[in-house]
Amino acid sequence: MKNKKNILIISGALIIFSFILKYIDANSYAEDALMIAAAITAGYQTARNAVVSLKYRVLGIEALVTVAVVGAIFIGEYWEAAAVTFLFMLGSYLESRTLEKTRSSLKSLLELAPVTATVFRDGREERVSPDEVHTGERVIVRPGEKIPVDGIVIKGKASVNQAAITGESIPAEKETGDSVFSTTVIETGYLELEALRVGDDTTFARIMEMVEEAQDSKAPTQKFIERFAQYYTPGIMVLSIFVYLATRDIELTLTLLVISCPGAMVISAPVSIVAGIGNGAGKGILIKGGEYLEKAGKVETVAFDKTGTLTVGKPVVTNIKAFEGTEDDILRMAAPVEVPSEHHLAKAIVQEAKDRKITIANTEDFEVLSGFGVKGTVDGKNILVGTRKLMAGEGIIISQEIEEYLQGEENNGQTAVLAAKDGKIIGAVSISDKIREEAYGLADRLKKAGVKKVVMLTGDNERTAKAVAAKLGLDEYFSELLPEDKVSKLKELKNNSTVAMIGDGINDAPALAVADLGIAMGATGTDAAMETADVVLMSDNLTRLTYTFGLSRATMRNMKQNIYFAVAVVFTLLAGVLTKNVFMASGMLIHEISVLLVIINAVRLMNYKEKI
Amino acid sequence: MKKVALQMEELVCPSCAKKIEGALKKTDGVNEVNILFNASKAKISFDETKTDVEKLSRIIQDLGFEVLSVK
Repeated sequence: MKNKKNILIISGALIIFSFILKYIDANSYAEDALMIAAAITAGYQTARNAVVSLKYRVLGIEALVTVAVVGAIFIGEYWEAAAVTFLFMLGSYLESRTLEKTRSSLKSLLELAPVTATVFRDGREERVSPDEVHTGERVIVRPGEKIPVDGIVIKGKASVNQAAITGESIPAEKETGDSVFSTTVIETGYLELEALRVGDDTTFARIMEMVEEAQDSKAPTQKFIERFAQYYTPGIMVLSIFVYLATRDIELTLTLLVISCPGAMVISAPVSIVAGIGNGAGKGILIKGGEYLEKAGKVETVAFDKTGTLTVGKPVVTNIKAFEGTEDDILRMAAPVEVPSEHHLAKAIVQEAKDRKITIANTEDFEVLSGFGVKGTVDGKNILVGTRKLMAGEGIIISQEIEEYLQGEENNGQTAVLAAKDGKIIGAVSISDKIREEAYGLADRLKKAGVKKVVMLTGDNERTAKAVAAKLGLDEYFSELLPEDKVSKLKELKNNSTVAMIGDGINDAPALAVADLGIAMGATGTDAAMETADVVLMSDNLTRLTYTFGLSRATMRNMKQNIYFAVAVVFTLLAGVLTKNVFMASGMLIHEISVLLVIINAVRLMNYKEKI
Repeated sequence: MKKVALQMEELVCPSCAKKIEGALKKTDGVNEVNILFNASKAKISFDETKTDVEKLSRIIQDLGFEVLSVK
């Protein structure tokens, strides 16, 4: 880089001297010698690269420029030769300076990576590089320090700023048993942790790797442009041969070679994408590639999973109705079969039992009936916990009284779960999940960001779904869906619009995979979600969603501007050359300026902010 | 089969990336090449009985691009 700068200065100085000489004495050979010297100074590296490339049987822009410059010297156009080499070098120097800007957001994230770790070894503290920590080792982190590994807190309490991962600067409170992530910072407090993942395996390192890959993955539009460029260069070369044979005009032929690489065009899409994805990464939004950016810019229908996405995802038991025995009796029977289940509702029931200090018995023959409930044996009794459908399927009769009770609860937005013992319903547990603050008004904001329809998919019952959909102003809702129903519903929606599905990525991975665009939110540290989704919102915050759509649209707009501009430049240049209005030096100048303008346009994306 | 990621100096033109990719692909023993233009990285999987990291780095350096680190 520094070398380039020196070469530019020397070559530029030689050109100026040559002009001064020409001014003093118009017929001096010295001025020509100076121009040739300038061309050689600036062109040496280019020519060398061209020769090496040819050795590897690769024909690049350097070879074409070199041929043009040598040709120009041969026909006595020394100024053109010097100008072309100088501009080519200046262009690449300025381009690398501006390109750096479009790439800076990822770099600044990478620079956040921790550099030291304090581990407890052989009974004393030792400072090592974070890569040298072994999993299972005890790591100590003090206030102001970065957590060097992914781990679990074994001692201490701290307020941790997780902005590096989630983009959220409000600190999270961590204590024994909590997971912490590499590169997050302890603001106040002290933690001792057990290292679970180190080095390249940490969430931070994997995010960085994904962003890196994403920035270089190609959008469909980009692939098209690249194909065009692939044919354009050889096409112009063939054209230049024909032009030479037809006109014997060497200068025109050489000028064609100079403009045969559509530089602005090949870089138009990649710069916009790198800037857009980089901007997102800084906000805790992981867009997995140009393809998804392009899709996100086209989304018409947004489908939400309810639990954990529109709601907080931590359901609590609000009411227990015992048709037989006491409330505690119901929990005593229901909780044991819910323990092995991963379901949100199951966790609420187990928690309630624990809160009431009920001893949870062991269960046998446990079975999950996906989307319906669970069954198992407790104390030798057959216990079923789940929906009406589950009970009906097992031939259990739901009386008028019970049905009325259920409907009453559901109209209040509660989810009611039935418990049955040996074929008879003994009680109902009402569970409710708080709607997220940011979910209110979200539908309107999404529509302002260009979305046409907002729907909700839920496994919950009709009445609860209706209550939530009404509160949030959703266009449509689909209730009582099993995971496979969500998939087929999404396929249906996909028939007439581009659909994005937003879920927590744990229970709804199949739905995320089938949607045009799968968005997982609050995915910090959950591998499955990070793998399946096309877009990952690292923070548990719905406002990032409108930002994602807005940013995608802005990026697509930016990319299109770049492409249209580049195509216009290519054809204008070609027309200019063929009509003999543009010559070698001016051709190179226009070429380099167009490349720079395209990059500068993309830099604007770095400053994209959401307009609310 | 071995995999390596070479961090190069800042790549400026997509055609530079293409050039490096082309040259590496034509090298004996190289199986797969993925050039990350924006990250300026070359991810190569190769047969270690036929070539090695030094040789691959030298090709990139020959083409006029510095190799900053190997991972």
